[in-house]
Amino acid sequence: MDIFLQQVINGLVQGSLYALVALGYTMVYGIIELVNFAHGEVVMVGALVGLSVIERMAARGDTGWGVIAIGVLVAIPSCMALGLGIERIAYRPLRKAPRLAPLISAIGVSIALQQLAALIWGRNYLHYPDVLANPQFHIGGAVITQVQLVILGITGILMLGTWVIVQKTALGRAMRASAQNPSVAGLMGVNVDRIIASTFLMGSGLAAVAGVLVGTYYGVGNHTMGFMLGLKAFTAAVLGGIGSLWGAMLGGLLLGVIENLGAGYLSSLTNGAIGSNYSDVLAFLMLIGVLIFRPSGLMGERGSEKV
Amino acid sequence: MSSFLEVRGLVVRYGGIEAVKGIDLDIHRGELVTLIGANGAGKTSTLNALAGLLKPAEGQIRFEGELLTSTPIHQLIQRGLALVPEGRGVFPRLTVEENLSMGAYTRKDKAGIRTDLDQIFHSFPRLFERKHQKAGTLSGGEQQMLAIGRALMGKPKLLLLDEPSMGLAPLMVQTIFSVIRRVASEGMTVFLVEQNARLALQAAQRAYVMEGGVIRFNASAEECLNDPRVRSAYLGEES
Ligand SMILES: Nc1ncnc2c1ncn2[C@@H]1O[C@H](COP(=O)(O)OP(=O)(O)OP(=O)(O)O)[C@@H](O)[C@H]1O
Ligand SMILES: [Mg+2]
Repeated sequence: MDIFLQQVINGLVQGSLYALVALGYTMVYGIIELVNFAHGEVVMVGALVGLSVIERMAARGDTGWGVIAIGVLVAIPSCMALGLGIERIAYRPLRKAPRLAPLISAIGVSIALQQLAALIWGRNYLHYPDVLANPQFHIGGAVITQVQLVILGITGILMLGTWVIVQKTALGRAMRASAQNPSVAGLMGVNVDRIIASTFLMGSGLAAVAGVLVGTYYGVGNHTMGFMLGLKAFTAAVLGGIGSLWGAMLGGLLLGVIENLGAGYLSSLTNGAIGSNYSDVLAFLMLIGVLIFRPSGLMGERGSEKV
Repeated sequence: MSSFLEVRGLVVRYGGIEAVKGIDLDIHRGELVTLIGANGAGKTSTLNALAGLLKPAEGQIRFEGELLTSTPIHQLIQRGLALVPEGRGVFPRLTVEENLSMGAYTRKDKAGIRTDLDQIFHSFPRLFERKHQKAGTLSGGEQQMLAIGRALMGKPKLLLLDEPSMGLAPLMVQTIFSVIRRVASEGMTVFLVEQNARLALQAAQRAYVMEGGVIRFNASAEECLNDPRVRSAYLGEES
């Protein structure tokens, strides 16, 4: 078996999920310079709402991708409503406050959502029911599963779609204009509050898809799953250059690949002294390294489009 | 008769500082009116209050007979007001063409937008040559053309201009002013804030002279050009 190729495949899949979540961080940051720390919890809610739907359908004997699709279709509006609510209640009233205030508010929302989820879904790990046959395909010396292929396909389409909306539509133009100069955008007739809300809407929709895909891929979820995932995706966004769409995508993929290569080789390279569970450390070390040499991230500020 | 734009008792404050101290203005349909005054006189504060960029502390602004004071900023363009802000305010990382499209953000008439875009590219060939370039890479004069073009894309009834000549080379100033003159001669109402009083008075029909947050006097542009006070204070001549 080709460990290298296998870890790259696994890394790209994991990384594309990071990227999907990272887009939400980067879009919101791009427009209001706020790190939406509650974004990971939106992903978690997406995963658990999806799980509830999928569980119910599985109990009736339904199987196949249709079940997952319905889970996604229920998760998306749930997360969108949640994202809009968070923006409205926790951030908008603080728009003119010192920058620390919305950050604290974000952390508060994050904790509140975790506890709320614990009340609804309990504190134990919940298992995503097995509704997929998930055949495997061999490429080179490695294996790729159908779930992995679907994840790569869906995230690819969503990333492209996000790019098209931001770069090619009137809404996207208004988003970029509002990010660059909100008061002049207002003069042009842009309702900046609405544009900010649509940014949260898009980010939360992507988070919902990411949540259900994460659940389907790893098979488990619980009320704390958004924390590490959010932190990793945020790392990916910073790595790529926060505010930059391509940066979020690149940062996500890169982080996923490096983590997986780390997990694959750390233990054998160090004769077991450092286990594969240190791959998280590797991810954050890489972040620190990039920030030392390129403080604005790989694609930050120059050379790419801030949302 | 109520005027096209009627301002009564406008006060603008920044914290404790009163920048505009209760001024009245009247602008009639089709006029080109200028507001001149030294640095810090309160010209930008006045204009920004008219354009909705800042909330007046006191006073009333009526446009076509309707009170504007509580209209949210993003609805003013649909009422027919456009501002070319001080320092131009182009979107630096949007292309020239995207900046111009932003000017037409609230318009739905695709064909009309297309015609107006062509018209602006015709008036400003430099913008046409650079239409795919990021606005932040343009020269100051080109950015001013872009800011004016962008405001015109909204088809305003009243165009507010804040020091369009600021920091520009004489030749560029000529170009900008010939566009302002043409727009006004085509029937658009223009309210022009300028420090370059001579140029402004030559272009305008009427002028307000502002000092320390109050209007010192208003008269026809011609009278101002001949007024000893204006000549000594704003046109750099011995009285
Ligand atoms: N954001 C602000 N905060 C506090 N004071 C301000 C602010 N903006 C303007 N001022 C003050 O208000 C007064 C009027 O300023 P304003 O910009 O309206 O003048 P201006 O006539 O446009 O001057 P200039 O010709 O330099 O553009 C000045 O004393 C200025 O210092
Ligand atoms: Mg000024």
